[in-house]
Amino acid sequence: MRSADTPLVEARGLSRRYGAVRALAGVDLVLNRGEVLLVLGPNGAGKSTLLRSLAGLLRPTAGTVLIDGRPLTRDDADARRPIGLLSHQSLLYDELTVLENLMLAATLYGFADPRERALAALRAQQLEHRADDRPRSLSRGMLQRAAIARALLHDPSLLLLDEPFTGLDAIAADRLRELLLAERTGTRGMVIVTHQASEAWELATRVAVLKNGQWAYQEPRPASLDAFQHAYQQLART
Amino acid sequence: MLRHVVAIAGKDLRVEWRSRTSLLSAVVFAALTLLVFNFARDPTAVATVDLAPSVLWVTVAFASVVAMNRAFTVERENNAFDGLLLAPVSREMIFLGKYLASLVFVLGVEAIALPLFILFFNLDLSRALGPLVLTLLLATTGFVAVGTLFSAIVARTRFAELMLPVLLLPFMVPPLIYAVKVTVPLFAGRPLSEVMPGLTFLLVYDVVFLTLTLLLFPAVVDE
Repeated sequence: MRSADTPLVEARGLSRRYGAVRALAGVDLVLNRGEVLLVLGPNGAGKSTLLRSLAGLLRPTAGTVLIDGRPLTRDDADARRPIGLLSHQSLLYDELTVLENLMLAATLYGFADPRERALAALRAQQLEHRADDRPRSLSRGMLQRAAIARALLHDPSLLLLDEPFTGLDAIAADRLRELLLAERTGTRGMVIVTHQASEAWELATRVAVLKNGQWAYQEPRPASLDAFQHAYQQLART
Repeated sequence: MLRHVVAIAGKDLRVEWRSRTSLLSAVVFAALTLLVFNFARDPTAVATVDLAPSVLWVTVAFASVVAMNRAFTVERENNAFDGLLLAPVSREMIFLGKYLASLVFVLGVEAIALPLFILFFNLDLSRALGPLVLTLLLATTGFVAVGTLFSAIVARTRFAELMLPVLLLPFMVPPLIYAVKVTVPLFAGRPLSEVMPGLTFLLVYDVVFLTLTLLLFPAVVDE
């Protein structure tokens, strides 16, 4: 049951195996509204597995995930409603226009007027003029904005971001950072998975390092990125 | 809930209509099969009404496999399926949406193949057309359900197009056998009462496999 101090995300003992490979090993995570957790780690550390488990896209071998105090289970479709996902893939169908893609999402999220909701989401990303274009005709930066429009269409309280800066040039990456800063509100929490701490450093309120499927570090964001980078390099090597 | 099913089915059909790749492949495949059988047959050796049912169902079976390959391959692009799975829509509704699209699609292919079949084999089906359409509907309803489930399974593999027929064809054998058993007397002008056991079997197959696939789908799409 949700109360005022119910965490937005509460994961306990999350474990996931792929055959003999242990991708996550008993990870605990508590994220409150207004927090932005930056998750770093080397390749194969379990970052994407963690994110997909939090999204309900991957069933953990053991452990539980509560979103807003509600267990995230396969059979409870409504438990997924507060979640938005942005990854380096757009989740858009190439044969549909950008507007049609967003209208489909708005319909699935139960909006009474999917067209108006989709147009509002595109307007917020200044993409209304490309509404009738196919995703494949958009630049990488514009495609990412369309994906953001899709991810934020239902105003999720939890935004999960999986390597959102991949493939973006410097200008598009700056723009994405600005957009995410604007979306960092007191009612929303974010988990950002990335390789490069510098990409999302200013967005984060907390920084965590995942290694071999376990937390190796989890602290409020340090003041100095350079000092953290040095410590992170050592942590990754050991 | 129905709104979600229709939205997902409508999306699939719109995507297919715009690319038309699977539709064209399935229709061309069906036309070529009928053409080859038409020229290969010897009417003096085997009567048309004896041969035609087998040709019809062989064509339908393989054209359907070609058509059903598309059901989940479209979801692989840009990880679009994650978007469906993230939505507050039950896995069962997603299955029903995908199933409905595949059913309309395969029935569409059959609607094009059937007139070609009648034309090539020069059959007078004025009396048998209604029951034949019913047989097509009943047989297709069942194996498309199985095909949709297997399409979801193989979409994650590297050889999805090769794997689907391997998995699906054994499950298509029972409805195909009974569909042929129903079609033979229909073409011979026998009364409808003779084909009722066959039609009943197809109906039972539909109910059983539609229920089973609906129940299994959530586990299949779970990573």
